[in-house]
Amino acid sequence: MPTGTSNEMKKTLSILAWLAVVLLGAVAVGVVALRRGEPINALWLVVAATCCYALGYRFYSSFIAARILALDGLRATPAERLENGRDFLVTNKWVVFGHHFAAIAGPGPLVGPVLAAQFGYLPGTMWVLAGAVFAGCVQDFVILLFSVRRDGKSLTEMAKEEIGPVGGFVAYAAVISILIILLGVAALIVVNALKASPWGAFTIAMTMPIALLMGVYLRRIRPGKVLEVSLLGFVLVLLAIWGGQWVSQNPAMAQIFTLSAPTLAILIIVYGFAASALPVWLLLAPRDYLSTFVKLGTIALLGVGIVVLHPTLHMPAFTRFVDGTGPVFAGKIFPFAFITIACGAISGFHSLISSGTTPKLIARETETRMVGYGAMMAESAVAVMAIIAACVMQPGIYFAINSPAGVVGQAPEAAVATISSWGFPVTAADMQALAHAVGEQTLYNRTGGAPAFAVGMAQIFSHSLGGATLMALWYHFAIMFEALFILTVLDAGTRVARFMVQDALAHVYKPLGRTSWYPSILATSALIVASWGYFLWQGVKDPLGGINSLWPLFGIANQLLATVALCVATTILIKMHRAKYAAVTLVPLAWLVAVTFTASWHKVFDPQPRIGFLAQARALEAGPATGPTARLIFNNRLDAAVTGVLVVMVGLVLIESARQWLEILSGKKEARVKESPFVMTRLAEGQG
Amino acid sequence: MKQLFHAARILLATLREIFDEAAYSRFLARAQMTPSREAYTAFWREREKACARRPRCC
Repeated sequence: MPTGTSNEMKKTLSILAWLAVVLLGAVAVGVVALRRGEPINALWLVVAATCCYALGYRFYSSFIAARILALDGLRATPAERLENGRDFLVTNKWVVFGHHFAAIAGPGPLVGPVLAAQFGYLPGTMWVLAGAVFAGCVQDFVILLFSVRRDGKSLTEMAKEEIGPVGGFVAYAAVISILIILLGVAALIVVNALKASPWGAFTIAMTMPIALLMGVYLRRIRPGKVLEVSLLGFVLVLLAIWGGQWVSQNPAMAQIFTLSAPTLAILIIVYGFAASALPVWLLLAPRDYLSTFVKLGTIALLGVGIVVLHPTLHMPAFTRFVDGTGPVFAGKIFPFAFITIACGAISGFHSLISSGTTPKLIARETETRMVGYGAMMAESAVAVMAIIAACVMQPGIYFAINSPAGVVGQAPEAAVATISSWGFPVTAADMQALAHAVGEQTLYNRTGGAPAFAVGMAQIFSHSLGGATLMALWYHFAIMFEALFILTVLDAGTRVARFMVQDALAHVYKPLGRTSWYPSILATSALIVASWGYFLWQGVKDPLGGINSLWPLFGIANQLLATVALCVATTILIKMHRAKYAAVTLVPLAWLVAVTFTASWHKVFDPQPRIGFLAQARALEAGPATGPTARLIFNNRLDAAVTGVLVVMVGLVLIESARQWLEILSGKKEARVKESPFVMTRLAEGQG
Repeated sequence: MKQLFHAARILLATLREIFDEAAYSRFLARAQMTPSREAYTAFWREREKACARRPRCC
């Protein structure tokens, strides 16, 4: 067959195949969006997501890559030009993809979608799909490329260079704030998952000696054999899960490991301080290896489980809580669904990874599309799995697990009566049977999303692997997986924040910047741990469960960082004379500004005490004065102040960015990009 | 079959990179050392700062 005819046939087949994807995607999205009154199968969500990601990657990302960013495969990347065998290193694109995905995938895409499921499965699903394709993937992709073109510079450095000192300072302050709020919320999720759960507390306690053992094994017995020791650690963790069952059934042991929320909070604060001050090789690195090992395996297993078992979603498309009266967190779909789900749709935190290790490993500019855009799509797929895990439960059970006692009542009878009165029938016997099946004393008021995700995951797996008899093991495996994830974020986050504070303090007193000087290590570790510990304690003592106040605060902070990242990206696009295409970053930026500023307004000024921090403080002032009242009032005012300060800072970045755009577009200022000079690649095609 | 082996090799390389085994191999080659406790201690001395500054996302 002549080559011309063969090419035409290939082109026709390709067009037909993509038309089929469009059609299938449209049908699946239609079913997900329009079906009402009867449960739908989870496969519809999987098909809709797969088609959206495929189309977004094939068409939208290639449009951005070719027409806007003009990716240049001949331009040498910093990995090639500055290769030193340490930070800068030409690496295979799939390896960079895996590395990048392992760094961006944390507990966020699992927890946020579970919490947002209180609105029904539809709002979260639509935001995760549209947010990822048009905002999150774009942010990660463009920031990665811009960092590659600037020798792997960080977001804060790029903000300082492209927007000005205000941009750099705000990015720095936003990162510190997000880290502190994130760590407080993350620790609270662990506390809520482990309180009064001897099985869970024992398993997680055991991961600490296991990590220490791994550290010593790596250092003394088999130096450098990380995969081997991670496998060994995984086996030991499985044994710890199995041992946890024995602990929970032994009255004496169960009493030791049945811990209250305040006790767990204190233990986690002490652990955070120790992890920050101990050598990296002893605790942080082995725990990170173990967590990554479990994370990658579990995500893959969950994905396969959902596709093979294709469970039915029992949660309706919309619940009555779209009106803002939800028990999990208060507030309407707009803006609260969009700050509750961050990591699965768009997360400012990702811009730190995209301008951190990853740009120093990229062999070719053209690979930034697959790594930046592609890895975020994979993260979004994890969020879809979390939505499915939350929505396979009967809604009554979902609300009984996720609603705080302050909303539904302390006694089981009161809780089930309240939840049933909302139209989601559940009985105390159902809850007791479920708690028994998963090996817990109770599942009421387990706010934070982790226990609900664990129940959903255990239900999915118990329908095939091991049946109902293994449900308790699956539940505790999922709890261990999430807690391990979160404690790793806690270790790493505390240390990263400590280094940032030390870098800043070095300007005041030089020895404070020395990362090996113990007085500085102890002082800065104590400062960081005390900061997130304060938020954790606030959450533990909050009668509304803490998540209601703190998760939105974290979501706002995270999305505000994304706002800064998109300001940087838009500024660079305009400087690249791509103003006519600036909408690719400007539209997500405008959306995020609308979402975060509206959410911040509500969180500070809304007259309803369950939403507005100041209204809550006023309600507490007007109510009967009890012991913790004064502290609760102060906490609410502090949360309002933190939100206000963040918004004002990001507002300054927006004004500064807009001023730059206008000056450049009106010709008052020269559009000069601060890229590294072009150097021709020496890598052969296909290398790297 | 060839493609399967290629995919397995890439997967192993990815895992070795994620789990710092590849970084250790590069360190050994660069420092002209053989695997030992001392070499691994030296590797961590060099790596500690970079590793501790690596954020893990939420």
